[in-house]
This record gives sequence, C-alpha cells and structure tokens, in this order.
Amino acid sequence: MSVDAAGDTPLLWVIREQLQMTGTKFGCGAGLCGACTVHLNGEAVRSCQTSVSDAAGKKITTIEGLSAKGDHPLQKAWIAEQVPQCGYCQSGQIMQAASLLSKNSNPTKEEVVAAMDGNLCRCMTYSRIQKAIMRAAADMRTASNAGDRRPT
Amino acid sequence: MNTHVKITQSEPADLSRRSFLVGSAAAGLALGYSAVPGLLGADQAFAAAGNFDPSVWYSIAPDGLVTITCGKADMGQHIASTMAQIISEELGSNWKDMRVQLASNDPKFNDPVLGAQITGGSWSTMMNFDAMSRAGAAGRMALTEAAAASMGVPASELTVKDSVISHAKSKKSMSFADIVKSGKATKTFTPDELKAIKLKTPDQYTMIGVSVPQLDIPSKTNGTAKYGIDVMLPGMVYGKIVMPPVRYGATVKSVDDSAAKKVPGFIKAVTLDDKTATTTGWVVAVANTYANAKKAADALKVTYDNGPNAKLSSESLLDEAKRLQKLDDSGLFFVKDGDTAAALGTAAKVLEAEYTTSINIHAPLEPMNATAEQKGDIWHIYSGNQFATRSGAIAAGAAGVDPKFVVMHQMWLGGGFGRRLDADMMVPAVQAAKAVGKPVKVIYSREDDMTMDFSRPLTFQKIKAGLDADGKLVAMNHDVVSAWPTKRWGIPDFLSPSVDKKGALDAFTVNGADFFYSVPNHNVRAILNEMAHNATPSGQLRSVAPGWTFWAVESMIDELANAAGKDPAQFRIALLDGKGKNDGGAQRLRNTLLAAMGMAGYGTKALPKGEGMGVACVSSQERATASWTACVAHVAVEPSGEVKVKKLTVATDVGTQVHPDNIRAQVEGAALWGLSLAMYEKATLKNGGIEQTNFDTYTPLRMSQVPEVAVSVIANGEKATGVGEPAVTVVAPALGNAIFNACGARVRSLPITAEAVKGAMKA
Repeated sequence: MSVDAAGDTPLLWVIREQLQMTGTKFGCGAGLCGACTVHLNGEAVRSCQTSVSDAAGKKITTIEGLSAKGDHPLQKAWIAEQVPQCGYCQSGQIMQAASLLSKNSNPTKEEVVAAMDGNLCRCMTYSRIQKAIMRAAADMRTASNAGDRRPT
Repeated sequence: MNTHVKITQSEPADLSRRSFLVGSAAAGLALGYSAVPGLLGADQAFAAAGNFDPSVWYSIAPDGLVTITCGKADMGQHIASTMAQIISEELGSNWKDMRVQLASNDPKFNDPVLGAQITGGSWSTMMNFDAMSRAGAAGRMALTEAAAASMGVPASELTVKDSVISHAKSKKSMSFADIVKSGKATKTFTPDELKAIKLKTPDQYTMIGVSVPQLDIPSKTNGTAKYGIDVMLPGMVYGKIVMPPVRYGATVKSVDDSAAKKVPGFIKAVTLDDKTATTTGWVVAVANTYANAKKAADALKVTYDNGPNAKLSSESLLDEAKRLQKLDDSGLFFVKDGDTAAALGTAAKVLEAEYTTSINIHAPLEPMNATAEQKGDIWHIYSGNQFATRSGAIAAGAAGVDPKFVVMHQMWLGGGFGRRLDADMMVPAVQAAKAVGKPVKVIYSREDDMTMDFSRPLTFQKIKAGLDADGKLVAMNHDVVSAWPTKRWGIPDFLSPSVDKKGALDAFTVNGADFFYSVPNHNVRAILNEMAHNATPSGQLRSVAPGWTFWAVESMIDELANAAGKDPAQFRIALLDGKGKNDGGAQRLRNTLLAAMGMAGYGTKALPKGEGMGVACVSSQERATASWTACVAHVAVEPSGEVKVKKLTVATDVGTQVHPDNIRAQVEGAALWGLSLAMYEKATLKNGGIEQTNFDTYTPLRMSQVPEVAVSVIANGEKATGVGEPAVTVVAPALGNAIFNACGARVRSLPITAEAVKGAMKA
C-alpha cells in the first residue's frame, strides 16, 4: 500500500484520514494515552508519535487487521468479559495487549500491568481489561497446546 | 433540580423527522406511543397533544429485526442496549433480533420525563423505564392481535416468546417477521390506552435482571464503532483551533497568516464570531488534512486582548469564595429547617471546618470534535453529544439560522462524563464550514480539550455544626460556594427557587447537601462565585454537586462522630432514623451502609498499625432521584503521608437492576473515578488559563493504581435508579475518613496529597 503524505505526518493521521481506517484513535497526540496504538513489524507503537516516513517499508497492523473477523482471542475475550464502556480506548488497549501476548503467552498480573500502564481508560475498565488479557492468554495457550496455531 | 423540568420546544425539526421515517420505519412496522401502522397520522395527531412528544422508539423490519432508536447519548453506559432490553422484556422479542441506532435531534425522541434530549444525572433508566416498557407492551399487543386474526384464534390464547407468537392448542405459530410481512398489524393506541396497559410484574420478568450481551460491545472491539471523530464526508476539510491564553474573556486583535500560507493544504484562518458567547478569542485554521491544519494553526500569529480574567488564579478564586462565604447576605437558601442560630447557640459542642475541591477536567479520551455540513438550507452536524436540544440551538446560533434548520446526527461518544453536555465544538465547525463552503471537521487537540474544558468548578464549603450534651447532632449550617454550571446554560427551568422564594439557585451545585440524616436545625446556602463563574465557565462533571457536597458533609459527620466519641458508622445509623421527610430513603441508605460494612468486615477485627477503615454513605444525585450508596475504604498510611488504598467496598441500592453486570461495571468505573478525583486529578488556574495541558500533568488513574474494588448491588424491587454516577461521590469522603482512622490526620482538601496527610498528622 502506498500513500502520498509529507514524511513528518504522524502515521495516525495517514491511517485515519488517507486510508480511512478509523479504528485507531486520536487521544493525546503526545504518546501519553495509548489510544493510537498500532503494530509496526509486530511491535506496539504510538502512531501519533511515529512519522509516516519511519513506518515506510514496515508492516503496519491496525485493529482492523488484527484478525480476519474480529475473532482474535483478545477480541473474543473482550466480548466475553464485556470490557468496553465508551470503547474509545479499546482498540489501543487490544493492540497493546496483543503485542504483549505475542511475546509472553503466560504473563503474570504484574507483567500485564507493566505492559498496559501507558494505556489510559477514562471509563476505568482496567480490571476487566486485565481479566480479558488473562482469559485470552489462557485460550491462546490451550489452542497452541492443541496444535491449533492461530494467526496473531 | 428537585422537580423535573420540561424544556419548552419552540419548533420541531421537521426535516430530520421525515428523513427518520423514510429511513427506518417505512419498510417495516414502527412502534411508539401512538404505535403501529398508519402511525404517521396518529403520530402527528399525538404531536399536538404536547406533553409526551410523539416518539417512535423502535421498528420491526420484515426480516424480524427490531431496531430501537435511542434518544439518550451512549457514552459507555450502554444505555441504548438498556433501552432495547426494557422494550424487549415487554415486546417478547429474541435478544438476538435486537439492534440499536442513535436518534437525531427530532423532538419526538425527547426524554418522556424531561421533555428534551439531554443525558445526565443518571436519569435515563429511571425516567425511560415506564415509557419503553409501554412501547414494548403496545407492540406485543398489536402483533398478538394481528396473529390472532391470521390464525383465526382468540388473542387471549396466544403466548409471545423469543419473537414468536404461538397458539398451544392448535400448535400454530407466527414469527414477528411473518406478522410484519403480513401487513395485518394495525392496532393503534391512544395515550390513555397506553397508560392503561398492564405491565409485567417483576416476578414475570425474563429479560430485566439478565446480563444479556451489550449490543454495542462487538463494534468496540474491532474498530467499527463510529464516534464523532470518525465521521468522513465527501469534500470534507479539517479545522484545528488556536486557543487564547485565557480560559474565557479574550478577544482576537489580529491574525497574521503569512507563515500559515506556506503550509501545504492550508485554506483559511477563521476568527470565530460567537454570538452565543460559548467561546471567546478563538481562531480556526482550516486545511486539507488535520496534520496540515495543525501545522497551519501553529504557524498563525494571533494577538489577543486577554480580557478581564487574565490575572486570575486558583488562589484568587478561592480567596473570593472565602470572602463571599463570610458575608451574612450571600447566596440563597437550598435548605432552611428549624433555627440553626438558636440551636448552635445552645449546643454543647460546636465544630467548624472548611472543605475545598480543585478544578477538575473531564478529559474524555475522545477529544471534543464536531463536523458541520451545509446542504441547501439545512445544517447537518455530526458529533457525539449529551444535549442535542441545546447543542442544536448553539449550532444554529453559530450559523445564524433558526434551530429548525439544524439536524444533529448523534454518534457514539468516546466518553462524556458531562463534558458533552456543552456545545462549544459546534461553533468552530459551523463557522469554519460557512467560511470555506465545505464540510469541516474540527478536532480539538488534547491541549485544546483540557485548557478549554467546562470544568468541575473549584469549590469552597464551610460547615458549622452543633452537638447536644448527648452527642446528638442538633444543628448544621452549610455554605457551598462555587461557579454555577447550570446557570451558564441560560435555561431558567433548570434553576430552582430558593426555599424562601428570594431567588433562583443552581441546585446542581448543592444537591446532596439536602441529605437524609435527621438534623432538626439545618441550613444550606448556595453561593455563586461570580469571579469563578466568569473566569472558569464550569460544567457538569460525572456526579455533579454530590461530588463535592458529600465530601464536606460526610467528612464533617465523621468529625462530629469523633467529637462525640462514637463510632462513625453507628453515628450515621443513628442519624438515619427515617423520621419525617426522610422516611424511606434514610432506611434504604442505612441498609446499604450496613451491607458495605458487612462486606468489608468493618469493626470485626483490629487493623495493623497505620491502617484504617472509613465509611461514607450518599444519596446521589438528587433527593428526588437518589440511589443509595455506601463505601468502606481500607487504607494504609505511611509516616510520610503516602496513602495506599487497599480496598474499596461499595454497596448500592438500585431498586431494580435491568442488567446486573452493567451495573457492576458502572459502579466500579464510578468508584475508580471517585478515587481518581480524590487522589490523582488536579487542575489549576494561573493568569486566567488552565495550566495542565495533557496527561503528563493532568493524571487520571492508571491500571497500576487500581485497588481491589468489591461491589454489592442491592435490588429490593423498588423502581430502577441511576447507577453511573453515585459511586463517584462516596469514595473521597470514605478515603478521608479512613485516613483519619488510620493515623489521626484529617484532610479537608481534594485531591488528597501525601504532604497534606503528613501535615495533618498529630506530632
């Protein structure tokens, strides 16, 4: 995919406006809230702090691309635990959590908190976010043990 | 607001109404108060009746899908889903068939009790429960009658379940889809017939009280939920605001756009001419993308006259509040029972204390935004908004047209918390769109959003209270000094007459001070801090006045219990005697407090040194619309004054629970908001401007700061009450009281800091 934008344009606005994928949200413009989190080559980054030139040639994954049918284990867990309230931060939360679980399929509560502490939820759904991450991690381990390798 | 107001509608928005009917009802069966096919005529006849605006709350399509139209703003409280659940209970539909859509500002979607489209006060469920129930029941009756005719059996022998109407004897059945397709559902209901419908009794409920999957949640896990900021219109351009250095009162002297003109995509700088006085001193930079609009905004050189508030600070607002409180003739009486002067004069012990709260910022995670497009004579506004009735009028004012020419397109709200009751974002969107002749989406930066918030006002309260020789509370004078958020709206009906009829006061600054404790001599004065009112135009922040009134009242009750040598919880229970006007509410609050005490193990064992438990109980939001909420906070306090919150135990009596899991989610979120406001959130005014600009200096609670929260919901069969806000108000006083219990330090200022705790510790 190619876009025509000034190199210093934050990746966030290219994704939202030029590619019209609005699941990635603008929250603070300063890397303080995590609402704009996407994956760059599988790593969670704040797209408001990433220039489009820094993303050139790299694999960018947004919430829309996390799974084919919104059925990533985290997305399923988010529904099972009924996590979202207003929902605005949740794309960023899920992308941040997906990056954690891709590296650590069995995180402790402390590891979850450390990974997620940069993602603000103004509705304060934090305890459900934690539960959903633990549920998804368990589901992914079960699936992996069963030899059913899920794409992440 | 102790009696609920109706806001008079001047003109209905006919155009949006037509588009709604064409868009969603024409193909199916539309059901509302006037119910069902041929509805258009009945609907309009009903419109003339006035009191209940005609309302099409849902429609059933030929495929059997039931789409409800939610007239309330959904900001995470899942109110659209809740409305669907209440309708579904009486309608007899399968939950899998339910869908939701958000209403336009057509007055027919006005709240049936409030007579306007406004979402706040934790009012939605309690005020819409009956209307949605009757709409659902009317639909079931109309469908049943049609099915009876089709099947040739008596309607009384039919049962309705999961969107299917069955006749057991003949084993015949028809789905809702079959009936809609048959076109035979023709029954209509007059208002009196609607009123006469016998609704289910709670023992017959199969949906109310069940935690069904929230209808909006899947779209909030895959990026498809559309918020105001996500609106895309053909030919749309973007606006970025340039804010003046002061919160209110600035005027633009000059705009130099020579540097901005070098930014690619820059279109125009628009200086706002806001006759609604919602905003002052604003300029909008318009460009082809938001990134370019931001660059252009940064490049604009704007000079200002900073106006009359340019030297004011939080300290000046507080000093002014203290000055006003000392005056005998300040303010208006919200409560005036007995003779406090005499009772305080003869009291055995008199306590006086001052309580303050800081300026607080809503900071919903979706920054304020609005998209405006003029098509012919009609202005289309796309924005997530809590007060469509007023916001449409503000947009019209900014456009210079009659409000009937404004159609508000409601979106999901990325947080509201009261911030989106205000309509400032309409002004730059409309005026920029007008100036450039294209649709414009204006997005506030986080810095714009924080510095131009309609904040929770800085408050100052003084309480003077007297105990008799037995340690019984006999008198209380309570003064509340603040900006008056509701007065700023300029809607007289939202103000309340003082008890002595000497003037109109903003009850949304004193609600909660009219508590359910029996105090024979009790005065509450609401005092307007005009300086703060002008310099920091304030708004309603989640839980509104009870967020500060109970901070003062519930702290003082603890101080009084301590002075009387009594256990603070038992002291409260004695005051909740249910005498006179407090009958009913006091007992519910007492029971709730007992439930929280029981869950927390209050008083059952000695705590380690440095730890303590504190209680508080509240009747938020208003006396007339209270939920009954109590909290036991368990804290550990370090010698440094550092407070660790070990656990918050919250019990709340909500009467009837529509969705138990959602109530728990709301109460937990509210309790954590309470904690965040109590310990982590503080904004300050300096040189007329808000100093905090982003989440580095204004710091809501993060995951690492979340304590254990235990929630108990009491559903005793009374009417459903609100749940989204009350728990916000109970946490700060419970924490303050727990800190006192742990270390003897009494804190009277929010947010609570380690320095303040350490400073208040006895040497």
